[in-house]
Amino acid sequence: MNVIETSGLGKRYGHTWALRECTLAVPAGHLAALVGPNGAGKTTLMNMSVGLAVPTAGTATVLGGQRAGSQAALDGIAFVAQDAPVYKNLSAGDMLHLTRNLNRRFDRRYARARLDELGIPLKKKAGKLSGGQQAQLALTLALARRPRLLILDEPLAMLDPLARQDFMATVLTAMADDGVSVLLSSHALAELERVADYLIVLSRGELQVAGEVDDLLATHRLLTGPAAEADSCARRLRVIEAKRAQAQAHLLVNGAADPVPPGWEVHSVTLQELVMAYLRAPGGAEPPGLSLVRLTEPSEVSR
Amino acid sequence: MTVLTMPAQPSQDTALRPVPWRRMVWVTWRQHRPTLISVPVVLGAVAVFLLIAGLKIHHDYAVLTTACHSPSSNACGNLNSAFNSTDWTIGNTLNILMQFVPVLIGAFAGAPVLARELETGTYRYAWTQGFGRTRWTVAKLVLIGVTVTAAAGAFSQVFTWFYRPFLAQEDLTVLNATVFDTRGISFAAWTLAAFAIGVFFGMLFRRIVPAMAVTLGVYLGLALATWGLRAHYPVALVSNNPGIGGLDSFNVHDPWILSTWFTGAGGKPANQSVVNQVFALFPHNGAPRVKETLAQAFAQHGITEWWRYIPVSRFWPMQFIEAGWLLVLSVLLMAATVWLVRRRAA
Repeated sequence: MNVIETSGLGKRYGHTWALRECTLAVPAGHLAALVGPNGAGKTTLMNMSVGLAVPTAGTATVLGGQRAGSQAALDGIAFVAQDAPVYKNLSAGDMLHLTRNLNRRFDRRYARARLDELGIPLKKKAGKLSGGQQAQLALTLALARRPRLLILDEPLAMLDPLARQDFMATVLTAMADDGVSVLLSSHALAELERVADYLIVLSRGELQVAGEVDDLLATHRLLTGPAAEADSCARRLRVIEAKRAQAQAHLLVNGAADPVPPGWEVHSVTLQELVMAYLRAPGGAEPPGLSLVRLTEPSEVSR
Repeated sequence: MTVLTMPAQPSQDTALRPVPWRRMVWVTWRQHRPTLISVPVVLGAVAVFLLIAGLKIHHDYAVLTTACHSPSSNACGNLNSAFNSTDWTIGNTLNILMQFVPVLIGAFAGAPVLARELETGTYRYAWTQGFGRTRWTVAKLVLIGVTVTAAAGAFSQVFTWFYRPFLAQEDLTVLNATVFDTRGISFAAWTLAAFAIGVFFGMLFRRIVPAMAVTLGVYLGLALATWGLRAHYPVALVSNNPGIGGLDSFNVHDPWILSTWFTGAGGKPANQSVVNQVFALFPHNGAPRVKETLAQAFAQHGITEWWRYIPVSRFWPMQFIEAGWLLVLSVLLMAATVWLVRRRAA
């Protein structure tokens, strides 16, 4: 089952496309990281996945073919929006009761036990909680709905390092205990590198690459060789990014099976290098003569 | 050996269960407690003031009418001027303030309902819960709308009692523009309309302050336009009975004269110069120059005066017409609001 599946998905605000031609299929059971710089279209993609925004083009389905925003989708997806919105004038206990009243499924015992564990007093106003506690409150309420898919928009941005660790621990526990799938967006990859096992890279409203982290690392390689041969080499390989340092050229290529030209060294890439290559690639300073390959089909990547 | 970890069986509490509409009662109450309490409490407090002040005014008026059985007496004159200076000042001020009560409710109770959610971003929480945003919106609008409308309706009944002595004393009828909409069912209907206007612009602008300002403007424009519109409610009568428009002294049962015209022989429009000649016999200041009444003087010239008018007895049909179209307008605005919620998210 794919927890999120989009086809040619696009959203336009006025004359600007926040997201274009996004075709994507995220299988269940992953912690998927949606990364990209600010304004890349991450929130737009998430909003359309939870039914908050209506696509301008294409379609988005969730939880194995359910229409985004449908009753089944609302029941099965818990969404924590950016800055973890809670009603500041309501107490944590009221927020809990509110969420229970608004949902067909709610595990009150879990929510209470979790808030107790976190040391969040039920009587305290949500607005008076620290940023980390507000985020934990929003996450607890989301998980108490026992969703099949948890969508978190920039949940770590406002948190200090300790709170980030606590937050991610809660998410990972829920994944292990209930098998909930997670889609998590961030403009910083570093904090997700160790936990994410699926990666979606967005930039300037376009999907750059998507796939399981292990597959991506297996299929991408860094080739180092003489700069003079870079152009001819690039014609035969799928180059994501090319860098030249005097006599040497570094090519980050996609395709583990493609033959390496003689005289070129092969290195494995880190996730960080891979993401940076895809983010820099589109419209970046392109070396003349190098064809820069951009992939929009996730199937091509994991091949 | 392999250990299989199975997800815990969902307990009864976590199974899918229906979320009935009544759950929104608690949700609405908890989230809009300040509005749901303050509107009835403020109106209730003013109503208590109206009852206390009204008892004195009703007493003053009773004393006044007793003394004025002989209208030329000193006592009558003194009481009259006292009533007109003190009691009427309170009555007139409160009547002017009454005109603004619905729009204040619309701006302060209606505009923020959705605009606050959009302004603070909490709609992203509310609209992604299992209840669904359409039902969520409908439930809130109905519950808050009914509460403020009922409170305003009850309040206007107290005001109607409070204001009664002023009608005869200050030459007013229930059809007067500013009297008509403070009584009957129209005050409640105006409150509901103001609430619906506030909610609609709150959703349209997604900002509280602009929504409040526009609510104020739109409501006042609508209220002023309605003063002119009432003359076109299909309740007017036409008559040539001099008892309709030819009275000199004022009476609370006087009809609302919409227009007057003259016909001559054969029902054709009368010669205006002849009409003017007759009017000249009845100067505004001073005694008429002939023995006859105005109607008799016109009759002598073969002229009939006609009136198009609304009798006071048409008060309730007019109330139902006004409340009716305001209700339709409110429902349309709320439907448009729900459409915006469904459509214009994020």
